[in-house]
Amino acid sequence: MLSAQNLQLTFNPDTPIETRALRGMSLDIPEGQFVTVIGSNGAGKSTFLNAVSGDQEIDAGTIIIDGRDVTKQTVWKRAKLVARVFQDPMAGTCEDLTIEENLALASNRGQRRGLKAAVQKAMRDEFKARLETLGLGLENRLTDRIGLLSGGQRQAVSLLMAAMRPSRILLLDEHTAALDPRTADFVLKLTARIVEENRLTTMMVTHSMRQALDVGDRTVMLHQGQVVLDVSGDERKGMDVTDLLHMFEKVRGEKISDDALLLS
Amino acid sequence: MSEYSIYGALELGLIFALVALGVLISFRVLRFPDLTVDGSFPLGGACAAVLISNGVDPFTATIVATGAGAIAGMITGLLNVKLKIMDLLASILMMIALYSINLRIMGRPNVPLISEPTVFSILQPASIPDFKAKVLIMLVIVVLVKLALDWFFSTEKGLAMRATGSNPRMARSQGVATGAMVLLGMAISNALVAMAGALYAQSNGNADISMGIGTIVIGLAAVIVGESILPSRRLVVATLAVIIGAVLYRFFIAMALNADFIGLGAQDLNLVTAILVTVALVIPIIKRKLKPKKNRV
Repeated sequence: MLSAQNLQLTFNPDTPIETRALRGMSLDIPEGQFVTVIGSNGAGKSTFLNAVSGDQEIDAGTIIIDGRDVTKQTVWKRAKLVARVFQDPMAGTCEDLTIEENLALASNRGQRRGLKAAVQKAMRDEFKARLETLGLGLENRLTDRIGLLSGGQRQAVSLLMAAMRPSRILLLDEHTAALDPRTADFVLKLTARIVEENRLTTMMVTHSMRQALDVGDRTVMLHQGQVVLDVSGDERKGMDVTDLLHMFEKVRGEKISDDALLLS
Repeated sequence: MSEYSIYGALELGLIFALVALGVLISFRVLRFPDLTVDGSFPLGGACAAVLISNGVDPFTATIVATGAGAIAGMITGLLNVKLKIMDLLASILMMIALYSINLRIMGRPNVPLISEPTVFSILQPASIPDFKAKVLIMLVIVVLVKLALDWFFSTEKGLAMRATGSNPRMARSQGVATGAMVLLGMAISNALVAMAGALYAQSNGNADISMGIGTIVIGLAAVIVGESILPSRRLVVATLAVIIGAVLYRFFIAMALNADFIGLGAQDLNLVTAILVTVALVIPIIKRKLKPKKNRV
């Protein structure tokens, strides 16, 4: 479904702060697979996600989604194929718009937007039904501004929005990192449910090794802009965080020093 | 204030309500600080005056003037979206360019419209004196524009435009071509301002190169006064609020300039405007300070 081949990206080239964010990064994700992506700070996780969504132009390489070469496509053209939930709960929704307006916006993702009424009666019923599944009581607050909701509630709505229209790939960028542990757990469970119900091809970046192994069917570790570890199937089933660490050390011949990665 | 000056203030207020609606779109909906209006207001006036004095019928002239404003707004948008010039600077560039363009259109600094027909003279019913008829005609135009804007912002496209101003990154990830939305919004905004300019010239009996000075401040004043009277994030309310704001603002000005004991004259208009806007901006801050401190949410 997604095929990223030999992606290269250097920030601030030819300056003292030159950073090679992606160094020949390649990854193929077949249809329906749920991949979790881990790596320490600066490994290129978010850059890779931004490259797939089109937020970040790359220097070289190709990105193919659903058989179409989208390397040069703008973000809004790619939106037809790519759904996305951001790390910052404020980023994925429009705080000035109401809940129903946000959902209406998402139900038109990648479609031509014309002069039809944006929110119609039939849509409202569908929004209500979908919001009910969250169990947050939001189905009674359709006309509330979404800025009035908490971060966790907004992230849950963002997930619903991402699943509003069919997509070829769903990108989740540490979307539970800014939430408190209980809310994070709720959003993660919701993620697993929505992905399963809609059989979405998904790539989830996470900072937590535990999370990376708990959900999804495959785990990929990035380091210095490349895939250094790729586990799935039976091998992954029996793994715990320590195994993952050992494998990483073996591959790289060095110890992980990023505490956040170990502790979370 | 005499009856005549009350109607005069109402009429001006309603003309500037169109400016305020335009400013609402650029400053509030798109969050694009747009000073082009100081040029597109006289642009509308210049186009209308020149066309009418050359025998074009006033309705066509007003529509052409409105279109000219739309193009001006779109060019400001292009400078920002395509050439990546900072929004404020892009609008200032367009504003000063329009000064020359307006002089070119008029061929001289002032084009009088004295005996020529205007939108107002044609629509005026014989039974009503002209200063009252102008207010009625403007009221109908402003209400129609408000309803049209309310409708537009409830459509899919209108919603996409609001999302573009509120959270462009999110809008793009939902498939909204945000650059195109900025162009469209700026075009609508400046079209309204140019329409106001065209009507102002026809009401006033001339187009003048200096008629645009301070337009943006008057528009913003109307928006700010309106928002402090009728605070709401709902756009349907906001469009009503800025219309009320524009009319009230004109009343304040008329009162200030008419009160002989203060000793203010027409030349003090912009100073009074600046002071009024400052007061309108400071009042909410003082209100907040005077309120008993509550626990922070």
